[in-house]
Amino acid sequence: MNAANLLKIALRALNNNKLRGFLTMLGIIIGVGSVITMLAIGQGSKRSIQAQISEMGSNMIMINPGNMDKRGGGVRQSASSMQTIKLEDYKGIVEKAKHVSVASPSVSSNGQFIYGANNYPSSIYGVSTEYLEIRKLSIGEGDMFTDQDIRSSAKVCVVGKTVVDNLFTSGDDPIGKVVRFNKIPFRIVGVLAAKGYNSMGMDQDDIVLAPYTTIQKRVLAVTYLQGIYASAVSEEMTTKATEEISEIMRANHKLKDSEDDDFSIRSQEELSSMMSSTTDLMTVLLACIAGISLVVGGIGIMNIMYVSVTERTREIGLRMSVGARGRDILSQFLIEAVLISITGGIIGVVLGVFCSFAVKLLLNWPIYIQLYSVVLSFAVCTVTGIFFGWYPAKKASELDPIEAIRYE
Amino acid sequence: METKKAIIELRDIRRDFKVGEEEVHALRGVTFSIFAGEFVTIMGTSGSGKSTLLNTLGCLDTPSFGDYFLDGVSVRTMNKNDRAILRNRKIGFVFQSYNLLAKTTAIENVELPLMYNSSVSALQRQNKAIEALTAVGLADRLNHKSNQMSGGQQQRVAIARALVNDPVIILADEATGNLDSRTSYEILVLFQELHAKGRTIIFVTHNPELSQFSSRNIVLKDGRVVEDTHNDAVKSAKEVLDSLPKVDN
Repeated sequence: MNAANLLKIALRALNNNKLRGFLTMLGIIIGVGSVITMLAIGQGSKRSIQAQISEMGSNMIMINPGNMDKRGGGVRQSASSMQTIKLEDYKGIVEKAKHVSVASPSVSSNGQFIYGANNYPSSIYGVSTEYLEIRKLSIGEGDMFTDQDIRSSAKVCVVGKTVVDNLFTSGDDPIGKVVRFNKIPFRIVGVLAAKGYNSMGMDQDDIVLAPYTTIQKRVLAVTYLQGIYASAVSEEMTTKATEEISEIMRANHKLKDSEDDDFSIRSQEELSSMMSSTTDLMTVLLACIAGISLVVGGIGIMNIMYVSVTERTREIGLRMSVGARGRDILSQFLIEAVLISITGGIIGVVLGVFCSFAVKLLLNWPIYIQLYSVVLSFAVCTVTGIFFGWYPAKKASELDPIEAIRYE
Repeated sequence: METKKAIIELRDIRRDFKVGEEEVHALRGVTFSIFAGEFVTIMGTSGSGKSTLLNTLGCLDTPSFGDYFLDGVSVRTMNKNDRAILRNRKIGFVFQSYNLLAKTTAIENVELPLMYNSSVSALQRQNKAIEALTAVGLADRLNHKSNQMSGGQQQRVAIARALVNDPVIILADEATGNLDSRTSYEILVLFQELHAKGRTIIFVTHNPELSQFSSRNIVLKDGRVVEDTHNDAVKSAKEVLDSLPKVDN
């Protein structure tokens, strides 16, 4: 018997028992639908975390003085108080490191900013113009300070939105105004575009940027750097860039092979891999729960196919007596089972996509439907149909026609 | 008669079943031949081995001992699949309880055996089914579903189904058992007509009355043939039918 005829028979059998067929399908529909929805939620949250990390600059590399892994006893000092990183290290990285696109020195100080009658505590960061690119910041109004400002240690700054809100309460235009930090007047040349809070809950707009030379000479009166920010050419190149920087720094610091680094390098990669391993675990758990419902759906198919085989014993006997071979009967029932599971799978995919968007709309959760999750759950439900349909179909094909035809 | 071809040749057929510890001998050495164009009634009381013999003749079962040739082919050594193909090409079954597919039209029911024969195209299948249904007088009921027909009509569909593959033999198992006497005679008329057209028919029954309508009677008892007679005065079922009082519907 050819495939078209088998399909016709299976369709008729399902058509004769519409409600029963639908209820059987329901197991698969819920199974596939939940697999897709769960994976969409899992992937959505993973991607949203990844997006937040890359907003901070996913290829950002931070170089701090001192070795975080190896510290002596006694009273520990903050890393920034060590003085092992010099301007030469920054220049070395800019000139030699091939996998680093841009870099910026970093020196910072905390203090009160004063404008008119308002004052506000914040941090001032001494950086180069490349800092904007590294931290994925942009200027909202006005301009960034220039390289000329850096060379001349100009008393200019760029401020974040939070600082503006706190200092310019009367709604004045901050551009061109002078604020004082530790009695040093800084002229505001630009305002950063608002970035909001990051995933750690830190206000990314509570920031003031100034030329690093100004901070070094006029605020802190130091020659060393508290750190260097660098950006790898791409996220994939972060590890290579880290190694390169390490080599340059060790050469600059004339460290012997036996000596430990007197600096530490951190990239966002660790953070990002930690975050995604958590969400991956969550995705796997969700998929497992959904997978179980798919198996339950499969058992439903098996159950109903069993009933169907018993119910149609005489039909099977008749088919056999007019010349159906075992495998004709086997494929007839197998196709019926697969038809139930595939139809259920298609409805399940639609339901899953629908539910995913419902979750997005109603709960505002991030979702992301991957093609592979659709293909996978579809493949799994087809296999489920074959797997759970096989046993009843095999039973049917092994019936003795003599007994089957007289079955009451 | 001697020049006619033997459609069925049984040689010392035995069939034993194991029921628990005991061995049951359903057939204890059955030997006979059936020739093309015969209308044979096989009779016997229940337990005489008649069903086992029918299963053997229909290639649903294989004998424990002895040889069975159907249209010159030895069946005893065949496997399940080969027997299925043999049934498909050479045998037409008619059962007591019709065994039509539920909610399925007459034409589709009749097409069924041809569905399992991949050498028949869909168009040929349909044409043959219409032809067979016309032969049993149901040309106007092609698209009636099985549950929309009377018992007699359903049995006619079943007979059409048995004819559609142009079998060498038609095996009828108590084909009139479920029908009232009038409809039974109508079915018998149909069988006699088919016989007249040259069909070979085996009619298995426990009802001795029916033997008058066939050309040859074989009686089974305790797994053996106890009587094998030719009936020279075949009664016409049509005449009996006509003599029955008319029923007004």
